[in-house]
Amino acid sequence: MKALLRNPTTLAGALLCLLIAAGAVLAPWIAPHDPIEQSILERLQPPGGDFLLGSDVFGRDVLSRILWGARISLVVAVVSIALAILVGGAIGMVSGYIGGRTDMLIMQVMDVLLSFPSLILGLIVVALLGAEMGNLIFAIALTAVAPFARIARAPVLSLKERAFVEAGRALGFSHLRILVVHILPNILDEILVMGSLWMATAVRTEASLSFIGLGVKPPTATWGGMMREGFEAILDAPWLSVFPGIAILMLVLGLNMVGDGLRDATDPKLTGT
Amino acid sequence: MIVYIARRLLAALPTLWAVLTLVFVLVRIVPGDPAIAILGDRATPAAVAALQAKLGLDRPIWAQYVDFMAQSAQGDFGTSMVTNRPILADVSAVIPHTIDLTIAAMLIGIIVGVPAGVWAALHRNRWIDVLARLVSLVGLSFPVFVSGIFLLLAFALHWRIFPVIGNANLSDPGDRLLKLVLPAATLGLVMAAYITRVTRSAMLGVLGEDYMRTARAKGVPWRRVVWRHGLRNAGMPVVTVVGLYVGILIGNSVLTEIVFNRPGLGKIIVGALNQRDYTMLQGLMVIYCFLIVVVNLITDLTYGFIDPRVKQA
Repeated sequence: MKALLRNPTTLAGALLCLLIAAGAVLAPWIAPHDPIEQSILERLQPPGGDFLLGSDVFGRDVLSRILWGARISLVVAVVSIALAILVGGAIGMVSGYIGGRTDMLIMQVMDVLLSFPSLILGLIVVALLGAEMGNLIFAIALTAVAPFARIARAPVLSLKERAFVEAGRALGFSHLRILVVHILPNILDEILVMGSLWMATAVRTEASLSFIGLGVKPPTATWGGMMREGFEAILDAPWLSVFPGIAILMLVLGLNMVGDGLRDATDPKLTGT
Repeated sequence: MIVYIARRLLAALPTLWAVLTLVFVLVRIVPGDPAIAILGDRATPAAVAALQAKLGLDRPIWAQYVDFMAQSAQGDFGTSMVTNRPILADVSAVIPHTIDLTIAAMLIGIIVGVPAGVWAALHRNRWIDVLARLVSLVGLSFPVFVSGIFLLLAFALHWRIFPVIGNANLSDPGDRLLKLVLPAATLGLVMAAYITRVTRSAMLGVLGEDYMRTARAKGVPWRRVVWRHGLRNAGMPVVTVVGLYVGILIGNSVLTEIVFNRPGLGKIIVGALNQRDYTMLQGLMVIYCFLIVVVNLITDLTYGFIDPRVKQA
């Protein structure tokens, strides 16, 4: 918390994220129009007047759709990265703790996952399993498991040799207890910093997949999906792709700023770099 | 040098094998029978069986695996089950576009990113540095389809400087270059943002080193100290990032190709996904893997070039 206030970048980023999260949570009350209801008579209204950010080809309010779309972006990003942290973190910690051949094998598998371009991997997984929210979350989590496994493993390798772990073992603590109670707190900072940076990536990946047409199905409002529809009408209504684009940029930037500032704050070596 | 290359190549083999296995598994865990997916639900069982036999799907899974590995090893990536054309032919037809785009984006990234990073490091915590950090953070926050569409709106639709459609005529260098500018800028700017950040922190690490002070003390001009002594030692992490980024670049080129309607590997992969062309998908993934292994190899070789000590290790 102190780190949040000390670093102006983190503070600005956190405010940006909070603003978007508030918009997402309050969408049912603050959105001026229904995000899905079509109104052909009011199609392609330019920004201003009744439609603050204009209306799309079906006469739906762009602002309302952006507010509702924030929900999808945030839920997918938070759940998929939480999943990746849980699974990846567990794999990395256990792998590093066990060590030896098992560790080598597990890390080899992680390297293979890592060497695949994440967007391509996500694209294929979603295309094969079907474009649904659950699959989207699974695909994005899959692309982020390997980096978290790596991040969690590295410190465990040296921590497990330290006296306090040995002491725990001498006292007869179970491996699980040593891992969760004694080792986990030492690597939590780093994992959380990575988490916010990867959430930025998750938002971007979800938007990219929706833009390709592999996101949560229309008429549900998603930012990437709005860009896709807007792109088809780019000559008549540029605002349809500009505003959702700005929304995506703001959220990704906000998350990156939080992660970047936190990284500076948690790592004394890097202060000011 | 040849021994070094040979050793790197050998080391790449297990990775390649593992990635190929992953591809094989991924394509086969798909729910539903590909033969039914192609022919539709109302296909007669006989037709489905015939297609399964043609695709080799009726054979035991280990036999399919052995065949797949043997074919991949021989550089045979199979034929599309939708068009019946060899996959390699379709890919080689568009690969010049993809290579153009990737190389141009990398050049933009390096030409913009390296000087910007060095400059920021030299002016640490001054306004130039703060600006460079902020701009690079914004740059790497842009999903490429968003920056692509923004560039398209500004430079192709509003000011009409560049063409909207990116399907270049490869035999006309002027046309090829003109249609490359916006897509390459889209990808290059993200890359420049990454390179700026890495160059900056690598330079900061090197600036305080003794050999930098020594070089300065013996009268080497500061400019030369920075570029020759500093950058060369800061080069390794930069090369690592450029190498790693190629994977992201390949992913992002899919989006760029859609926005600018450019032919390329990305457009083929999206087409194959829409048509449920499994053999095409499998072949494309194998090609992607080969590309990435080759890039990793080039990255490793570049290490040896920058730092002679690597070769002996």
